[in-house]
Amino acid sequence: MALSNEIIRQHLTEKFGEEIYNWEEPYGMLTFTAHKDLNLKVLQFLFDDTYLQFRFLTDLCAVHYPEKKGEEIAVVYHLHNLVDNIRIRFKVFTGIEKPDFFSATALYAAANWMERETYDFYGVNFIGHPNLVRILNADEMDYFPMRREYPLEEQTRVDKDDEMFGRD
Amino acid sequence: MARPVQYNLTNKKVEAPIALDKGPEGFSGEGFFATKLNDVVGLARKNSIWPLPFATSCCGIEFMALMASHYDLARFGSERVSFSPRQCDLLMVMGTIAKKMAPIVKQVYLQMAEPRWVLAMGACASSGGIFDSYAVLQGIDQIIPVDVYVPGCPPRPEAVLDGFMKVQDLVGKESLRRRNSERYKELMNSYGIQ
Repeated sequence: MALSNEIIRQHLTEKFGEEIYNWEEPYGMLTFTAHKDLNLKVLQFLFDDTYLQFRFLTDLCAVHYPEKKGEEIAVVYHLHNLVDNIRIRFKVFTGIEKPDFFSATALYAAANWMERETYDFYGVNFIGHPNLVRILNADEMDYFPMRREYPLEEQTRVDKDDEMFGRD
Repeated sequence: MARPVQYNLTNKKVEAPIALDKGPEGFSGEGFFATKLNDVVGLARKNSIWPLPFATSCCGIEFMALMASHYDLARFGSERVSFSPRQCDLLMVMGTIAKKMAPIVKQVYLQMAEPRWVLAMGACASSGGIFDSYAVLQGIDQIIPVDVYVPGCPPRPEAVLDGFMKVQDLVGKESLRRRNSERYKELMNSYGIQ
């Protein structure tokens, strides 16, 4: 029997009940949220379950929502079932003061670089990552540039006249 | 149907007759020519500049056109493009230099032997260009001294040729004592070199 969004949802609800919430299907892609302490348990279940078999981590990234107090940082996992060719999206949220998550490196080797990148740009602390250091930005960088509190533009430039850009 | 063959029949007006470049000023007689050492060295240097292409993005593609037969940088005595900084005279930085790349550019510059020149090709190398971003160096003159800037995004090969001729001009007229002068040392010190 081919896997479908309904069956995935049924399996997850059987196992985790109300602990998985915010079910959505934007553009047909099943999306759901869980508490951040459950992220590894949910991923392990998605990986191991004989029906689900989500064994490929397509992408892992973070999002910063400054307006969501207490849930500023979201970590999003994109998983792919290569047998039935179905993709799902799994989100976990945490506050910005202590952005700690359990690392998925033990489950997905691909998570190693992706978690380093997420740490590099958003400062997400992945507990249990073997080498959580910056991967793309210069090592001397002392902030996390993709967080919304930092300006995107280079601040050392003196030749830019704000008037020319229509701002004061 | 075969494509008609076209010939260039327009008679292009010759603006000036082709002539040999003038030599430096000096005294000539039968079998000898005397001039300043400065001029001779300058003449030799400026017609045998070995460029080191440091190409990181689209300006590098324009540079490939510049090196190829159509624009032919070899006409200026620079067919020997070297990828070893120790043999080169002119560092041509072409393309966006990310902040993570900055120490590498500087190291390449330091490995070059004096006298050395730097040409910044394109908006990115000159000023960061459109990449006004936390990750991009806002012009290579923040880390190494630059002799000639070539504007454009990317500049056409003709523009780079023009820039290259400006470098030749600088090289030819440079005093032999410049690299030992206090002013030059000051310039180097301002970049934290030596």
